[in-house]
Amino acid sequence: MFDLSGKTALVTGASGDIGGAIAKALHGRGVSVAISGTRKAALTSLAETLRDRVHILPCDLANVAAVESLVPEAEAALGTLDILVNNAGLTRDNLSLRMKDEEWDLVLAVNLSAAFRLARAALKGMARRRFGRIIGITSVVGVIGNPGQSNYAASKAGMIGMTKSLAAEVATRGITVNCVAPGLIESAMTQRLDEKQRAWLLAKVAMGRFGTSEEVAAAVIYLASAEASYVTGQTLHVNGGMAMI
Amino acid sequence: MSDVAERVRKIVIEHLGVDADKVTDDANFIEDLGADSLDTVELVMAFEEEFGVEIPDDAAESIVTVGDAIRFLDKATAS
Ligand SMILES: NC(=O)c1ccc[n+]([C@@H]2O[C@H](COP(=O)([O-])OP(=O)(O)OC[C@H]3O[C@@H](n4cnc5c(N)ncnc54)[C@H](OP(=O)(O)O)[C@@H]3O)[C@@H](O)[C@H]2O)c1
Repeated sequence: MFDLSGKTALVTGASGDIGGAIAKALHGRGVSVAISGTRKAALTSLAETLRDRVHILPCDLANVAAVESLVPEAEAALGTLDILVNNAGLTRDNLSLRMKDEEWDLVLAVNLSAAFRLARAALKGMARRRFGRIIGITSVVGVIGNPGQSNYAASKAGMIGMTKSLAAEVATRGITVNCVAPGLIESAMTQRLDEKQRAWLLAKVAMGRFGTSEEVAAAVIYLASAEASYVTGQTLHVNGGMAMI
Repeated sequence: MSDVAERVRKIVIEHLGVDADKVTDDANFIEDLGADSLDTVELVMAFEEEFGVEIPDDAAESIVTVGDAIRFLDKATAS
């Protein structure tokens, strides 16, 4: 089960905790991976751990021209692109009354618009080959909301709606489009929370602990696999019972 | 048959997996050749790639038969 050998994948945000775990898990199942992010050093060290079947493709997803060239670059490096994981994401938290246009725009650009442009580019080759997997890393916050994160929640909810529409458009082409929605995961993103916020959030998690990046990656492996071929337009929640939706 | 017509027919036959004799000038992609809306978008993309031209959305919408495609591409490649 869940064998992915011979497949190819592009993982954005692979320089981060969850993206790195996703790239490692895919690679461990036999996938050739293109890893992307802005921090070259982090990408290089990940590539050194993986050793073979890995290509480093730095890209700033806030830059539209750079986004447009990422999928062609991945296809050139990998031969084809079977699996796209839109994992890169950032936060610029602020109460809405104080939120600046730049904070709103940047979060929407990186978390949502870049994910759309990459999916649009990847779909061309996938439709031609009648196979593809597009997996977006959204967030529980996109479904339940969170004070101080109207921009982030909008981007993550947008990803879920976009995923459903894309899934319906390409369903007859052997392409599935799904989301994984992590809850509270131990990562650089959640290390930025202070002790009070951590305790307050943790109290909402039925399992009473943070999740790991590997637990998120396992959901991605499932959705990428042949075993999930009849699953599309869905959001798989990985949140320790934080929200049962 | 013009070179453009031949290349258009080849793309249609390959993409839709239909018999060559069905691909007549007045064959409608959706009604006669069993294309769905995504097929028509993919065909337009394939034409663009093959002929190195850009087919704007409003022109693409008016290409509903094989003959429409041949006429459009004949003109686009002549200029
Ligand atoms: N941690 C959680 O609890 C949690 C919960 C729900 C959802 N998520 C989602 O999971 C995903 C991964 O987050 P994480 O927890 O692993 O956080 P992280 O360690 O901060 O990783 C974020 C990744 O996104 C990339 N990124 C950010 N801005 C970028 C830009 N402008 N261009 C290109 N790449 C950019 C970063 O690349 P560089 O550092 O190289 O710029 C990094 O690799 C995100 O979409 C996040 O929203 C996380």
